[in-house]
Amino acid sequence: MKLTVAGEVKEVQDGITIAELIVQEKVETPEYVTVSVNDEFAKSENFQTQVLQDGDTVEFLYFMGGGQ
Amino acid sequence: MAFSNEQLERYSRHIILKEVGAKGQKKLLNSSVLIIGAGGLGAPAAMYLAAAGIGRIGIADADEVDLSNLQRQIIHATEDLGKAKVQSAKETMNRMNPDVTVDTYRTFVDSENITDLIKDYDFIIDGTDNFPAKFLINDACVMAGKPFSHAGIIRFKGQLMTYVPGQGPCYRCVFKNPPPKDAVPTCKQAGVIGAMGGVIGSLQAMEAIKYLLGVGDLLTGYLLTYDALKMEFRKIKLPKDTSGCAVCGDHPTITELIDYEQAECDMH
Repeated sequence: MKLTVAGEVKEVQDGITIAELIVQEKVETPEYVTVSVNDEFAKSENFQTQVLQDGDTVEFLYFMGGGQ
Repeated sequence: MAFSNEQLERYSRHIILKEVGAKGQKKLLNSSVLIIGAGGLGAPAAMYLAAAGIGRIGIADADEVDLSNLQRQIIHATEDLGKAKVQSAKETMNRMNPDVTVDTYRTFVDSENITDLIKDYDFIIDGTDNFPAKFLINDACVMAGKPFSHAGIIRFKGQLMTYVPGQGPCYRCVFKNPPPKDAVPTCKQAGVIGAMGGVIGSLQAMEAIKYLLGVGDLLTGYLLTYDALKMEFRKIKLPKDTSGCAVCGDHPTITELIDYEQAECDMH
């Protein structure tokens, strides 16, 4: 199935969970990433169980602390 | 208030824009912006806002100018080493534009002082470098109903978003709680390319100016990310539903300001 991940269309295995996608996409600091699926925030406690569907749009939002 | 001939010339490239005009320039001259942090982000933001003729600019920072700052904090110069950053920033801004009143606050923001600091400003710029300050600024602005620009920079990356009360998610809607200390690297630990502050801090100044003029589309409901190595900007749409947010949601659970410190490890 296809997902749009961070703006790019990707082919992924059917039934992939958010947690699996995080690993597959080599997300930096995966414990602290915010994930949105189709313009809704995914709850971090559901990352292991929430299965993504064909056509979903997934965004990873990262903490960025610098500034000084 | 009529423009002097000097002002007409100084702001001529603004006044000629249909989105600004004489009316818009007057608005800017009657506006105020508070910049928290006179560093990588705050330096370019302060300079462009001063040059633009924002009538009153507040700048808050407790630090002194250090040699390692000068690779990116272009509001300070070599002769300013050891000087309070807010003083050095004020001098540069006044040299650029004597029209601007610069209020300096030589302090770190905390839960005790932030509400007082932000209350007399139209727009706030978060130019801080740490999560406790970023969450504090967010919560204080939400509680006081103040618009602000959030930003972060690290390595070759930067990002920003704009909060306007009632017009989209706040920083806490997206990021919930500060990460544990040292779980996510800071510029000091990871480095940052100096020009990144220039790019992102200038975008923060642009958001402030657009907000004050009431023109264009702000980054409310979006996170703009910039990856300099890929030379790629992305405007990421943020979820609209803010009802469950702990500070700006329908039933806020955070009703007092929090000074996150070491104990933030337990918060996530």
